Amino acid sequence: MRNLTSTMLSTARKRLIKMHFDSGVGHIGGNLSALDSMLLVFHEYLGTNDKFILSKGHSAGALYISLWSVGRLDESQLALFHKDDTLLAGHPPAQGIADIPFATGSLGHGLSLAAGTALGFKLKNSDAKVICLTSDGEWQEGSVWEALIFSCHHKLSNLTVLIDHNDLQGFGSTKEVASMSPLWEKLKGFDADIQVVDGHDISAMRFALSKKYKGLKIVILKTIKGRGISFMENRMESHYLPLSEAQYIAATKELCSA
Amino acid sequence: MRTQLCDSLLARSINPEMVFLTGDLGFMALEPLQEVMGDRFINAGIAEQNMVSVAAALSKQNFEVWVYSIAPFIYARPFEQIRNDIAFHNLPVKLIGNGGGYGYGVMGPTHHAIDDYGSLLTLPNMSVYIPVFDEDVGAVVDRAGNSCRPAYIRIGRGEPPKGYSVPSYAPWRQLTYGDGPVVIAVGPLAGTYIEAFMHMAVESRPNLWAVSELPIDLTPPPDNLLNQIKNSSVLCVAEEHVRHGGFGSDFLLYLAELGVSPKRFTHVYARAHNFGRYGSQKFMRIQSELDVDGMFAALNRTVHG
Repeated sequence: MRNLTSTMLSTARKRLIKMHFDSGVGHIGGNLSALDSMLLVFHEYLGTNDKFILSKGHSAGALYISLWSVGRLDESQLALFHKDDTLLAGHPPAQGIADIPFATGSLGHGLSLAAGTALGFKLKNSDAKVICLTSDGEWQEGSVWEALIFSCHHKLSNLTVLIDHNDLQGFGSTKEVASMSPLWEKLKGFDADIQVVDGHDISAMRFALSKKYKGLKIVILKTIKGRGISFMENRMESHYLPLSEAQYIAATKELCSA
Repeated sequence: MRTQLCDSLLARSINPEMVFLTGDLGFMALEPLQEVMGDRFINAGIAEQNMVSVAAALSKQNFEVWVYSIAPFIYARPFEQIRNDIAFHNLPVKLIGNGGGYGYGVMGPTHHAIDDYGSLLTLPNMSVYIPVFDEDVGAVVDRAGNSCRPAYIRIGRGEPPKGYSVPSYAPWRQLTYGDGPVVIAVGPLAGTYIEAFMHMAVESRPNLWAVSELPIDLTPPPDNLLNQIKNSSVLCVAEEHVRHGGFGSDFLLYLAELGVSPKRFTHVYARAHNFGRYGSQKFMRIQSELDVDGMFAALNRTVHG
């Protein structure tokens, strides 16, 4: 493990944009909201036996870039992202990449998979940790609450849940579609440690991740969809649409000058 | 079969890597297992979706994982979790559903599991076990438990005639012998026909077969069954499962690919979740012509049709 630097962050953001542009695919906004936290997790948090489970599978691009950033994927693999005969599908694959334990993409699975993994570590008396990243809209899935109940009941102190709270979902804002706002108030009744931090403030996230608790830890990351590219920030379009060439040039210019 | 199930799992639980999850069911049956397994016996609560994903994750860590509920709850609600988290990863989780078919007949349509194995067999790597007799459960638990594939075990109630000597377990077993039609029944239903068939003259008595493992290509039918089908005037398949996705159509496809063509075919199957009136498993079978009289009616229609 090594400290995540601003240079690494900037390089990863630019590589993520290029990868999506080269493949002509969208889902960029949610990748950019989640990228900072994933980079931090992979660079500083995960040990050899620890597991990361991306429940918001539509941010697979940020996962692949994070793995590339720590040397677990190479350029030739990124070059095939979202193309024929690739391992790097639009959502995490079921096999072929050791650092991706489960295929995700249908929302509401990851936290249960993380809970089972954490429980397994406990049954094996292993001190390995599990970290799971969900979206905020994903908490509309009932299965996530099943997993929350289970994780709290079993006092899974080796499990940390990150929630990418970017306020936007598939066809509107989370407040407009099915409001639980503020989500952290809804979570307070559970026996879990809940922290709310800026999901683009590396120091704040680093501090939150270092906190110990006797049971489940939840870190709500207040994030910005499309973070870092002004014309994408907080825009619904950034959930779906690929970048045009002009947008890609503008985005790259903005990232290079940041 | 729950008693035999508990005994069989108890015997396997000496494996420290075995984990058992229940969806808050098994009262007055699984307590001995709970007592012995301690923290490896997990009541996951009334949350089947989470339970199945947790099971997948435990299996990924090489635990031997068994998941229990009543049949209607083990496959329908968490179907996506079974598909995405277990089957796509070929994780050898064993799903046990008690009371398959119309086993919970009078409890109403929400408790009927008549589209269970057909649904699950659409998934990659999935295998299905349907013991016929209570005595089969130990062998089934061992065969499923030693398999490297995910599996669904549909358990119910063995229904052999009184005094019947149950043959040793095998995926395909011939239960009656004669010169009549070939009848293949899935799971415990086979036991319900034995007595009536045994009372028939050998000239018209069906060759009754029980099948307990699916899909067919994993455990193909024996040659003598195929020869009987070639030489018989009628093939009948009986299953407590809906027609679509059931064993009947799959078996006909299998035969067609082999170039074996039954002269006449009839299929008796679970006709509906909801007949408007509910009753015991026996009552529900009568509604579907799955009982002995219904079987004879179907055979007569086919022979004389």
